[in-house]
Amino acid sequence: MAEKLVEIKNLKQHFNVGKANEVKAVDGITFDIYKGETLGLVGESGCGKSTTGRSIIRLYDATDGQVLYEGESVHGKKNKKDLKKFNRKMQMIFQDPYASLNQRMKVMDIIAEGIDIHGLAKDSAERKKMVYDLLETVGLNKEHANRYPHEFSGGQRQRLGIARALAVDPDFIIADEPISALDVSIQAQVVNLLKELQEEKGLTYLFIAHDLSMVKYISDRIGVMYFGKLVELAPADELYANPMHPYTQSLLSAIPLPDPNYERNRTRKAYDPAVHNYADGEDVKMREVAPNHFVDCSEKEFAELQERMATNK
Amino acid sequence: MEKILQVKDLELSFNTFGGEVKAIRGVNFDLYKGETLAIVGESGSGKSVTTKSIMRLLPEESAEFKNGEILFGGRDLTKLSDREMQKIRGKDISMIFQDPMTSLNPTMPIGRQITEPILKHQKISKDEAKKLAVDLLRLVGMPKPELRMKQYPHQFSGGQRQRIVIAIALACNPQVLIADEPTTALDVTIQAQILELMKDLQKKIDTSIIFITHDLGVVANVADRVAVMYGGKIVEIGTVDEIFYNPQHPYTWGLLSSMPSMDAEDAKLYAIPGTPPDLLDPPKGDAFALRSEYAMKIDMEQPPPFFKVSDTHMAATWLLHPEAPTVEPPEMVIERMKKFPGSRYYEGSAN
Repeated sequence: MAEKLVEIKNLKQHFNVGKANEVKAVDGITFDIYKGETLGLVGESGCGKSTTGRSIIRLYDATDGQVLYEGESVHGKKNKKDLKKFNRKMQMIFQDPYASLNQRMKVMDIIAEGIDIHGLAKDSAERKKMVYDLLETVGLNKEHANRYPHEFSGGQRQRLGIARALAVDPDFIIADEPISALDVSIQAQVVNLLKELQEEKGLTYLFIAHDLSMVKYISDRIGVMYFGKLVELAPADELYANPMHPYTQSLLSAIPLPDPNYERNRTRKAYDPAVHNYADGEDVKMREVAPNHFVDCSEKEFAELQERMATNK
Repeated sequence: MEKILQVKDLELSFNTFGGEVKAIRGVNFDLYKGETLAIVGESGSGKSVTTKSIMRLLPEESAEFKNGEILFGGRDLTKLSDREMQKIRGKDISMIFQDPMTSLNPTMPIGRQITEPILKHQKISKDEAKKLAVDLLRLVGMPKPELRMKQYPHQFSGGQRQRIVIAIALACNPQVLIADEPTTALDVTIQAQILELMKDLQKKIDTSIIFITHDLGVVANVADRVAVMYGGKIVEIGTVDEIFYNPQHPYTWGLLSSMPSMDAEDAKLYAIPGTPPDLLDPPKGDAFALRSEYAMKIDMEQPPPFFKVSDTHMAATWLLHPEAPTVEPPEMVIERMKKFPGSRYYEGSAN
């Protein structure tokens, strides 16, 4: 297996700690992200997938647990120099291309912000050239540099967001629902762009989304989250072909496909957490049911799943 | 089948500082009783403007009907006064909006918001209206409806809010329900529940639905018929099977190919190149021609008329002209056509 780039160890992110309205947005999740892969993270709104992404990139201070980037902890005290070094390696693309770009700045300055902060350009001519190159990389052209965000369509803005993230030459990009706000035909353009960039630059992605068909298309592995916990983690094809956790099954059965005949026969499975019927103190954790296929289950469920695997073969 | 609503040669423009934006450029369709007509297309294609013009919700200062009529119950809605329109809006024709956060009044308990249209349009007492509202909440699957009547929108989840919006829309048993991306803001599991609810209610009260969405999966799930819009026009209209299994317009081909299928291999996703046309200065010929690899010379010069594919299926593309060369649709579309009796790629029954 490939080299680990990011290791997330028992990450917890709680809000309003100690108060009555404490929220356990992320409640102890553990997974690794390998170099050069795309890990998809899916789940319904409020399940903690965006919070996970934001905690990994240190937009939040984690309540507990660890995020290791190339073996180094992301959280905890750091001097400015270390933080800067680290910030260059990890970048984020946000969901809403309307809200994530400063409306009062020209495209040139939006994209060059990271270049300026990290002092990557020797002089203004080089800075300009870098921005032009970035615009070209994401399929825009250099005339666009002197415009303001409102002059762009949604798909173009998302390209700007991608160019901005690429400006500091990162290794790892967290894309938080980067295509949810876009039209179908434009979604395909942006997804293709992300894939091309990955091949060219050897990027690693954490792709957070709720559109499951797009996630399957872009991801190598997919993690399914439910109420702050990771319930299943498997290679993309395996997860869709052989979902094991009842929540994953329910989620997959809810996706409408552009195929009327299939739709007429699709039946939806509802998920009721009560089906597990866990006893007090039962050891529920991620267990490897099949190679690289992890499911959140108890000892007993684990045995059942393995039995089912054996009979299916 | 009985026609509930007829849109004929509708043309509508917005007068802006930049000039006249021709948002709708000749739209024709009929809505039959009890059916669901889905309108698909990308943003700016005119799908929302079409339905908002049916509801007359467009700003009168800037939106201008240029031509055509919208016939409902023997009357032309484009000609009605605001007063007459108010009697229809929320009673005979009602609407569900995309964002349940913004379509409810945050400072009003939801009970009052549901009884509002009832009291406005029906001559019944407040108590009766309240009873009706509780029934409606129960109908849309809200637990403990009596209790929840007094609560405010922020006390509900997104899916519950959309249920409330549906309850309000159905309060007066409308003949036409317009749903403008009603599930786009919701999660797949909640979306599935809302879609099931809408289909269920449609059977119960026999209303006709115009369903706007850009999610083709949702269309396949809810629609009886589908209209594909592009650049302010309908470019193809037909039954759901005809559109999904025997599409004729290159834009429909592009749309269907740009969705990743669940069993797709890791081939590159088909992306329709370019961006939608600028309706300040719409193209002379076929609006899609500039983005289409199937464009012919005539596409640049003359807008294509509708060609009949079957009694229920029409498409506006010169490719259907008898003198047009036969072209090969994209591979993903051919795969679809293989399942459709009557298409030239039909391979016989799979069973």
